Amino acid sequence: MASPSVAARAPRDRFSTPPKKVVTLHVNGVERTLTVAPWTTLLDALRLHLDLTGTKKGCDHGQCGACTVLLNGRRINSCLTLAVMKDGAQVTTIEGLAQGEALHPLQQAFMDHDAFQCGYCTPGQICSAAGLIAEGHARTTDEIRELMSGNICRCGAYPNIVAAIEEVMLGKSAAKSGETAR
Amino acid sequence: MIAASSHLGKPTSRVDGRSKVTGSAKYAGEYNVPGLAHGFVVSSAVAKGRIKRIDTADALAVNGVLDVLTHQHRPELASEDEKYKDEVAPPGSPFRPLYDDRIHFSGQPVALVVADELETARFAASLLRIEYDRDEHMTDFEAQRSSLEPQLERATWAPEEVPRSRQRGNPAQAFERAAVQIKAEYRSPIEHHNPMEPYATTALWDGDGRITVYDKTQGPQNSRNYVAGVTKMSHDDVRVLSPFVGGAFGSGLRPQYQLPLAVLAARALKRSVRVTLTRQQMFTLGYRSAVAHELALGAARDGGLASLRHDVVAMTSQFEDFQRDIVHWSSLLYRCANSELGQRLVKLDQNTPCDMRGPGGTEGMYAIECAMDELAYAGNVDPLELRLINYSDQDQLEDKRYSSKELRECYRRAAEKFGWSNRKAQPRSMRDGNELVGWGMATGIWEAMQMKASARAVLTANGSVEIASATADMGPGTYTMMTQLAAEMLGLPLENVTAKLGDSALPHAPVEGGSFTTSSVGCAIHAACRAVQKELLAFAQKMPSSPLRGVKLDDVVFVEGKIRHRQGDRREVSIADAMRAGGADRLEKQADAEANENSKLAHYAHSAVFAEVKVDEQLGVIRVTRVVSAVAAGRILNPKLAGSQILGAVVGGIGMALQEETVTDHRFGRFMNHNLAEYHVPVNADVHAIDVIFVEERDDEINPLGVKGVGEIGIVGTAAAVANAVYHATGKRVRDLPITLDKLMRD
Repeated sequence: MASPSVAARAPRDRFSTPPKKVVTLHVNGVERTLTVAPWTTLLDALRLHLDLTGTKKGCDHGQCGACTVLLNGRRINSCLTLAVMKDGAQVTTIEGLAQGEALHPLQQAFMDHDAFQCGYCTPGQICSAAGLIAEGHARTTDEIRELMSGNICRCGAYPNIVAAIEEVMLGKSAAKSGETAR
Repeated sequence: MIAASSHLGKPTSRVDGRSKVTGSAKYAGEYNVPGLAHGFVVSSAVAKGRIKRIDTADALAVNGVLDVLTHQHRPELASEDEKYKDEVAPPGSPFRPLYDDRIHFSGQPVALVVADELETARFAASLLRIEYDRDEHMTDFEAQRSSLEPQLERATWAPEEVPRSRQRGNPAQAFERAAVQIKAEYRSPIEHHNPMEPYATTALWDGDGRITVYDKTQGPQNSRNYVAGVTKMSHDDVRVLSPFVGGAFGSGLRPQYQLPLAVLAARALKRSVRVTLTRQQMFTLGYRSAVAHELALGAARDGGLASLRHDVVAMTSQFEDFQRDIVHWSSLLYRCANSELGQRLVKLDQNTPCDMRGPGGTEGMYAIECAMDELAYAGNVDPLELRLINYSDQDQLEDKRYSSKELRECYRRAAEKFGWSNRKAQPRSMRDGNELVGWGMATGIWEAMQMKASARAVLTANGSVEIASATADMGPGTYTMMTQLAAEMLGLPLENVTAKLGDSALPHAPVEGGSFTTSSVGCAIHAACRAVQKELLAFAQKMPSSPLRGVKLDDVVFVEGKIRHRQGDRREVSIADAMRAGGADRLEKQADAEANENSKLAHYAHSAVFAEVKVDEQLGVIRVTRVVSAVAAGRILNPKLAGSQILGAVVGGIGMALQEETVTDHRFGRFMNHNLAEYHVPVNADVHAIDVIFVEERDDEINPLGVKGVGEIGIVGTAAAVANAVYHATGKRVRDLPITLDKLMRD
């Protein structure tokens, strides 16, 4: 290798990196303490510090939804929040949805309806769908489409994603209230 | 041809589905290993010129920064073009990342900052000070194109390098004499693939001079050969893995620059390194070329085509001539005695375009199918009827019969499902409240290719089989296809089969692309399993008083873990017994399947696409409310997964018709909308009912499986069907994609 650049180094710490902080997150029911820089996003904390790579990075700008996780039960883009801002929070990622071998109904429905192809947006879609169902705002197919539009699927599995979510939503509401499905 | 079966043709769910819904499927940028360093790419701020100076001092002063690679400071790279030419490289001199001081396109990588943490690398990258000697750049496709002479106006025209007959009859004269004439120009813009997974490579430093690389690629062996070539390593010392690929749509056919950068950094630091591109940087990779089309169609009063001329200009880089057949599709598809085709390239200071789902055909068929629609209105013929009038059972370019072509049935079934007979012919004649309703249709056609491939089957005495080939699965369901085929051939349950792919160490496979994976790898699996069958039968016949004595391979079937005589009569031997008789606890066979190159028949998949749009009369907002796509693509091995391929491709076609466009600021020679907020792709709310119909074709000639591939045919006719529906709704013909509402509002 030509011209080793070590000689050209300016004094260390001329551009100091920010001091790290200790953060405790309750991830998928497990308390995890990690030491992260303040500029570390929740997404990178999950993927790099906790090796929970099920949560995906698609754009890092909150534009694609691949990084969706449930934070205290609500869906958020984990790329748009810093880990240090969420000290003490409950985080549910795709890895925390199944109960042991038993898949979450949305996971099963996504498989049954072939609601994915490459699978990269899938964890975000499923977490987002779980958040959507918990919010209870989506009552029609068009509302599901609208309220799932923060999660891009470039493979174009949208009709199957909607079918999977509808199946779980209807199954759930029918079981809960005893009402006839729409 | 495989007979009726227990696994093929069934709507089997993805065998890798569980790993994808639980988050356990690992993609290239997700292998966290001890000591992993992170590389962040620094991109050129200018479109053309030379790097005068790179000041790395500040970046290197940041705590945690390990090194900054530049063209002046990097491990050795090969100096010959040949080493940089990958399996699918177009003619020319490929781009070489960090090779020298020359800038070929805006956003070209000029440095890699490597640090122990990702954020540190990104921060330090912002501290690099780079001075350039700028040269004048030219990135304006329209400006360059208009400096060319219009092809259709020229009296004589010399066919160029495309090895097909480009002219037949006397198209100019036939056009002049035609009762109905259409002459129109169409435009399709630059588009970017934008798979959800960013391009990423994790290069694992093995410490023994070897390197193991997780790469986002559609061809692990293509990436392996490239790495070995450019870094001068031995093929045996490089292993590339890509077990999961988060979408690619063609962008992963060629090795992308994060691959050599990660490998160079790992070699420089003797440490594992990951390089992941940002979404913005992914717009510096290949793209679908903008295309300008000139079309002239002449027809008799009854709609019979008399003259068909299609001339296009597409774009490429200054250093490679990338082109795909854009114009030949129309002239092979429709019966027309006089036709002329032309295709030219302009060179721009951009990266080289690359294949994007249905490359060439998607752009070409968009234009010809819109022109056919215009001809239908001009001649007062129903658009579907016009296609039937000009239907051909013969490849019109090469004068070959098709091995199979059920396009007529596609038209019929799609039209019936769509309710086409209820269409009112006049534009603006259908409405729903304050929305104008439009119905349009188009034809799709795509080549059914097959490449040489190899597969290995390993059967163990307990009745489990591993099937392996160095292909990829970026979403179509290759794992599932491989599993189904091996289970079918050996008469085993799906659970007994393990499919291995995405590993350069496995038997040869071409890149996954061109809709040829099922035909190529599938036929290799067929051959490998056939070899296993043969040996198993020989084992079974070794048994004392074997019930299969003297029986030929074609006389037996493999079902329920047994080798059974077709005639039944309890003449059967279990696979376990056969293995025992052969004294084998494992049986391994590897076989090749050759490309079907010497066929006298033409091999194409077809589709008929019908679309309904609703357009807000005041605001011009367009919604695609219904699409019906009927596809004839040989035998469908798995209607569930094949259906998803069509569905997804239709969504891609909707994006092409209404949303997708990469916009360049020519002052900087730079793509400006390089993110998912400004480069619009369809989201869930943009997509409504899509019906996929498979018209099965029995094709014994094309290959032993009778398959054609379904990865691309779904997108080919979709944009035109939507565009034609928009015209029917509004009476306004927008001839440049995407059809955005401002173009509808414009007078």
